[in-house]
Amino acid sequence: MAVSRIDSHTEHETHTALAHHFDNMEQQREAGSIGMWVFLAQELMFFGGLFLAYSIFRAKYAPAFAAASNHLDIRLGATNTVVLIFSSLTMALAVYYAQTGKRRAQVLFLTITLVLGLTFLGIKAVEYRQKYVDNLIPGNLIPGHPFNPNLEELHLPVGASVANVEMFYWIYFAMTGLHALHMIIGVGIIAWLIFKARKGVFTPEYHSPVEISGLYWHFVDIIWIFLFPLLYLLGRHLGGE
Amino acid sequence: MSEHIVQRKVYFVIFGLLMVFTLLTVLAAFKDLDNIFHGANTVLALTIAVIKATLVTLYFMHVRYSSRLIWVIVIAGIFWLGIMFVLTISDYMTRPSGLTP
Repeated sequence: MAVSRIDSHTEHETHTALAHHFDNMEQQREAGSIGMWVFLAQELMFFGGLFLAYSIFRAKYAPAFAAASNHLDIRLGATNTVVLIFSSLTMALAVYYAQTGKRRAQVLFLTITLVLGLTFLGIKAVEYRQKYVDNLIPGNLIPGHPFNPNLEELHLPVGASVANVEMFYWIYFAMTGLHALHMIIGVGIIAWLIFKARKGVFTPEYHSPVEISGLYWHFVDIIWIFLFPLLYLLGRHLGGE
Repeated sequence: MSEHIVQRKVYFVIFGLLMVFTLLTVLAAFKDLDNIFHGANTVLALTIAVIKATLVTLYFMHVRYSSRLIWVIVIAGIFWLGIMFVLTISDYMTRPSGLTP
């Protein structure tokens, strides 16, 4: 900072949020976005491994996966899809109001996004509880409460075993659990953004934190856009329920 | 400042499209499309999901208005995901145990 203040040609661009290793705010903003995108590419690999496991086991145990999927609550899953896409819209608007320097609107839309994120997690918790009640938590994850589905409700097709259904639930809980963990982290980040935004930290010159948190939030939304049809819809056309 | 500010109207239109595609994917899931070809339901569901993800990436995540470098990172991410899928699944499919039960 001291150097840039002496440097006369950068003096008029100096912003208190400018880190000393960047020439100007534009370069700093661009570097922040690139960093976030590299992180998201890595996240894509992280979730990709689970999507790959899903693909392989679904190919191997197709009838069992369809039967197990039909047992998920499609209403709650679809509601959560709408909630999450709506939260992406409000997040995008929060970024817009940060870019245009409207502090109140920015805080309002970040707060709506936070509430929608919590709504998603609440609905997810209701679903998880239902799985617990139905003894569908795989393995012995809950001690003394092993995987023990009601076979009459499952409508197991010929050639499908209970172990295959259990594999669906392992993958279901791994994928939605990792997704929910990302949502919890995202909600924490948004709470921090609201705290900062209320103080008027983010301006048209400096709003990288809002922008790159937005990228993260939209990425988590994209993961759900794939999880919803793959987990909830795959066997609906075969009837059941 | 070269930052592109996307107008709100764009966000509302994209949100509307995402809702339409969500409704479409739910309705299509209940129609039995296996008579077209086996697995048509899955292909359609994934196609809709890819369209939705593309809309989110291009507009909500501003990639359409971003620098070439960000395009390279996005495409590289998807490309490497493709490598992981293609190599792993081709390995499974060429083994005696295979991908079928």
